[in-house]
Amino acid sequence: MIIPLYQLAHARSGDKGASANVGVIARNAVAYDLLRDRLTAEAVQMFFAPLPVNRVDRYELPNLLALNFVLVGVLAGGASLSLRTDAQGKALGQALLEMMIDVPDELLACVGRSVHQPTGAAL
Amino acid sequence: MQHVIRIGNAAAFWGDRIAAAAELAAQEPRLDVITMDYLAEVSMSILARQRARDAQAGFPADFIEAMALLAPLLVQRRREQPDAPLRVITNAGGLAPRACAQACARVLLEHGGPACEGMRIGIVSGDDVLPLLRDSGDEDDDALKHLESGDPLATVRDRLVTANVYLGAAPIIESLRQGVDIIITGRVADPSLTVAPCIWHHRWQLHQNDRIAGATVAGHLIECGTQVTGGISTGWLDVPDLAHIGYPIAEVAGDGSCVITKPRTTGGRVTESIVKEQLLYEIGDPDAYLSPDVTASFLSLEVHDEGHDRVRVSGAKGRAAPPKLKVSATYRAGYSAAGTLTIVGRDALAKAMRCAEVVETRLRDAGAQPRRWLVECLGSGGAVPLESLRRENDADGFSEIVLRLSGADERREVVEQFARELMPLVTCGPQGVTGYAEGRPRVHEVYGYWPCLIDRARVKPIVELLEVRPAGAMREVAR
Repeated sequence: MIIPLYQLAHARSGDKGASANVGVIARNAVAYDLLRDRLTAEAVQMFFAPLPVNRVDRYELPNLLALNFVLVGVLAGGASLSLRTDAQGKALGQALLEMMIDVPDELLACVGRSVHQPTGAAL
Repeated sequence: MQHVIRIGNAAAFWGDRIAAAAELAAQEPRLDVITMDYLAEVSMSILARQRARDAQAGFPADFIEAMALLAPLLVQRRREQPDAPLRVITNAGGLAPRACAQACARVLLEHGGPACEGMRIGIVSGDDVLPLLRDSGDEDDDALKHLESGDPLATVRDRLVTANVYLGAAPIIESLRQGVDIIITGRVADPSLTVAPCIWHHRWQLHQNDRIAGATVAGHLIECGTQVTGGISTGWLDVPDLAHIGYPIAEVAGDGSCVITKPRTTGGRVTESIVKEQLLYEIGDPDAYLSPDVTASFLSLEVHDEGHDRVRVSGAKGRAAPPKLKVSATYRAGYSAAGTLTIVGRDALAKAMRCAEVVETRLRDAGAQPRRWLVECLGSGGAVPLESLRRENDADGFSEIVLRLSGADERREVVEQFARELMPLVTCGPQGVTGYAEGRPRVHEVYGYWPCLIDRARVKPIVELLEVRPAGAMREVAR
């Protein structure tokens, strides 16, 4: 089944010079294993390709169940030169959380939670 | 073992809440240090723009306003806990730390009264390396090349406006040893504002890299203020009492581990997920978080939620700091302007696109097309223009779009021409065009960002002392 990333993870993004980073934190260990496999640097680069992005570097943080993506050159000149509303890449995390991820049906029950359920103490 | 040191942050950036420091001091009578961060990558260029208009400017006036509110609380603290002062450490000095310290001394007397006489303000400068970069020759071009693009400094040398090296904790520690109440610095690495009082308080040695890495992590976590107490978190809508969101506190222990928390009476939330999000904020390689004090690894960190808005972060590993220091320079890069119109009604997106075409045609006719040009239709997926996120919300019915046009060029007159061509759409544009109360967009100078590296040996931090006296005269004690 194909579900949006936000059911599997939470995220945060910001600028690093002319690049931006998006930190993606899996909601649990099952989701982390799945994302380590599916949310590759290539997949993220393809998702953001129109912006454009020169290269995507992926770093794994298994201790935090997290992946860090550096979107090299995505801010085209950096925050002070960029003409974009989102000059500092603050919205890129929200955008990536809309990426659709193919989740094997047998894993669906243990990877996340439903969209409309209140986050409660989880966040 | 030394007791934990409790360090709060009351300013994440220039533009944060001015009352935050005074509120934090009132909420937390056991706080040791308040840090206040005003300098983002682009801040120095804004200060440079202000200094170009007014030679006395060059530091964020917001800090002086914050100190006006904090002064009575500092006085109260001195009276009630004479042996446990609350210290303030800030990079509010910007391009003019001495002028900022003088203004701070004046506002302390004005709002704290005679009880502020004798208070000591430490001043840390020496971060300004503009002369060094300006006078550098072609032989330095490679050493001072752009960290990301690799371009030689020669491409911007004659257009440089500011150049500041990120100093580390060492000069702040030197200032703390002089018994200061407030430390005002120029450009200092953000986490170093937290690392310095930790090293000083716990009497760490400079080679105890794991502990210094732990304090660096603590500094990284609180330097963006309310971002670690629920602000911008993915679950933001569920964060309680956002109007009264608390500013963060790091309780840093002698082993370098810390607990991130917030004042009990405030809104917001500190949880494992939120702390993890902020750990990943604006980082590159998590195995090599670079600062002037240490190279920290996040790969051994453990994040443990203790409940009640207390999250323990431990296990940081550190190794020697990079041999060179990072410089953040800015250079003149022409002019830009941006303006918006709101288009309301049927076919709003198509109408917005047509408006943009009208402006583009008029600029082409006048031979004044800005070299860099951007059309954004906000409300239809324009902020992050990915096909997969496009929202065709006006396909068949009533909708609204904010049309944002922006242009940049090294020729000021070209950008002026664009700024004049937007507002005529108020009468020649579509029915339902509105939202023009701001008037013609302002044309302003643009500064590019030039990060590069410099040898430590070429950087000489300066530590000075200003005693608060009615005359406000600066007395230099140490250098």
